Amino acid sequence: MKTGRGGAEIRKRAGARVGTDLKDLYQEVIIDHNRRPRNFRKMEDATRTADGFNPLCGDQISIYVKLSDNVIEDVAFHGVGCAISKASASLLTTALQGKSREEATALFKQVRAMLTDGPAGSVMPESMGKLAVLSGVWEFPMRIKCATLAWHTLMGALEATGERVTTEEET
Amino acid sequence: MIATASSVHSRKSRAVQDYTDGAGALDMHRVRQAFPIFKEKVYGKPLIYLDSAATSQKPLNVIDAMSRFFLMENANVHRGVHYLSERATEAYEGARSKVQRFLNAGDSHEIVFVRGTTEAINLVAQTYGRAHLRSGDEVLITAMEHHSNIVPWQMLCEQTGASLRVAPMDDAGCLILDEMEKRIGPRTKLVAVTHVSNALGTINPIRRIIDMAHAYNARVLVDGAQAAPHLNIDVRALDCDFYAISGHKMYGPTGIGVLYGKSELLNAMPPYQGGGDMIVSVSFEKSSYAVPPHKFEAGTPNMVGAVGLAAAIDFLSDVGGEALSEHESDVLTYGIRALSRMPMVRLIGAAPERVGVISFVLEDVHPHDIGTILDREGIAIRTGHHCAQPLMKHFGLPATARVSLACYNTREDIDALVEGLTKVQAVFQ
Repeated sequence: MKTGRGGAEIRKRAGARVGTDLKDLYQEVIIDHNRRPRNFRKMEDATRTADGFNPLCGDQISIYVKLSDNVIEDVAFHGVGCAISKASASLLTTALQGKSREEATALFKQVRAMLTDGPAGSVMPESMGKLAVLSGVWEFPMRIKCATLAWHTLMGALEATGERVTTEEET
Repeated sequence: MIATASSVHSRKSRAVQDYTDGAGALDMHRVRQAFPIFKEKVYGKPLIYLDSAATSQKPLNVIDAMSRFFLMENANVHRGVHYLSERATEAYEGARSKVQRFLNAGDSHEIVFVRGTTEAINLVAQTYGRAHLRSGDEVLITAMEHHSNIVPWQMLCEQTGASLRVAPMDDAGCLILDEMEKRIGPRTKLVAVTHVSNALGTINPIRRIIDMAHAYNARVLVDGAQAAPHLNIDVRALDCDFYAISGHKMYGPTGIGVLYGKSELLNAMPPYQGGGDMIVSVSFEKSSYAVPPHKFEAGTPNMVGAVGLAAAIDFLSDVGGEALSEHESDVLTYGIRALSRMPMVRLIGAAPERVGVISFVLEDVHPHDIGTILDREGIAIRTGHHCAQPLMKHFGLPATARVSLACYNTREDIDALVEGLTKVQAVFQ
């Protein structure tokens, strides 16, 4: 699990961006996807599904995928969660329509790196299209799991282990 | 032993701090000055701490007492005949006596030091529970319990074949006593109930519940973690069989708590853990156990924790009583009124008898988002399920935002909260 961020680092992050950081987190796109989540429905004819759960805050998300010849024909989500987890799930569904399984896995890795490594990491938000709005979450270590929940759940669905995905088992 | 440390170097009786103003109300300036943490800034803003039900802040006298112990008295207890060991033993056993008076227990042997309320409940489940419960017996808990007063009983039921029953509560967050009474009968061996709800602040009519249980000879464990910082506790007047508290929720340190148990019960219970300090003699054939409380305190105890807890009890007795409860209920009433006036706020729970806890949700804003935005204003609240998922389920909510008060909170803190919530609303407009 990539936690274990020291207090000093948290202070440094906070100190560096006082005043502007809330806007980094709650960007307009995120507020919009929270208010009007895209592809927010239970999919009856999904070929792959997984349930994700963040026991820390009670967020629960189900991801539905219609996979055909290794291509994501359709992807949707349903559940309850905070603005960050809902917007992240909504953005996920818009980013992955029509993508191959390999492309989805690659995108998952990029999103995870952007969220957990921040500006020091290898992923430039500019290269992430709309998903770049999630980059501000990096400054809020307590909220990173909110943003990664849908993505981990997606991987669970694609791998179809049948087990419930929880943010507390991240490695 | 010729002379104990206490007879040679008796501790100076402590100087009582007065926290009241001339008119008998709390002098809030003085109260807040007792808590060094309020000098800290959070994101450049003054700290507004509204999360005391999770853990309270620590007054200077607690911090000083613990540091003094390490600086001047540290040695192991109940062992050495040397000077420091006697000083340490005196401090540790002195803390036990102080807890005894705090709970109004009849005997200091009824006070067992544990890590906290969670360990106290597990201790009762695994000793008293395993010795006395059989298949067909019942344990009764309530719908508003903290996970720590649910899971140990589930484990016990799995081990013994007993079954777990649950007394319901209403939508105000009060136990439905008639329904509770119906669930108590000859099969009921144990009733485990919280004195005060951590998620809603509800004060339960514990004495009545204990009478109901005793009518069927069932034993009662009271989870007092949330009651200890707010209410006067008298275990003899309550006639409870077990009472559990945590130091860190009542201005003391983490890692120390207390299980009170009636002498006759503790005497008859098997030990909890085996080890040093809990024995009279050990041979490879058989060991004989010490009498309570030492029977339940295997290993070197949390001495400095006990010292800190004793200092916290001193603080509570100095600040406490009428003035404290009047102050806390004033801020609570002010808070409930202020939040009720905000159209987007929905209060969860409306118990008429409650301590300073306000649970609420905002229309269309998840509690987690409320928590993050308030945090950047320097305001600390708890968001989530508060380790009471069955209670959350009752209200059909995954989470709430919870404000919890302690002696250092003021009406100004509530004003800041209201302003913060207005900002939350602005972000989500």
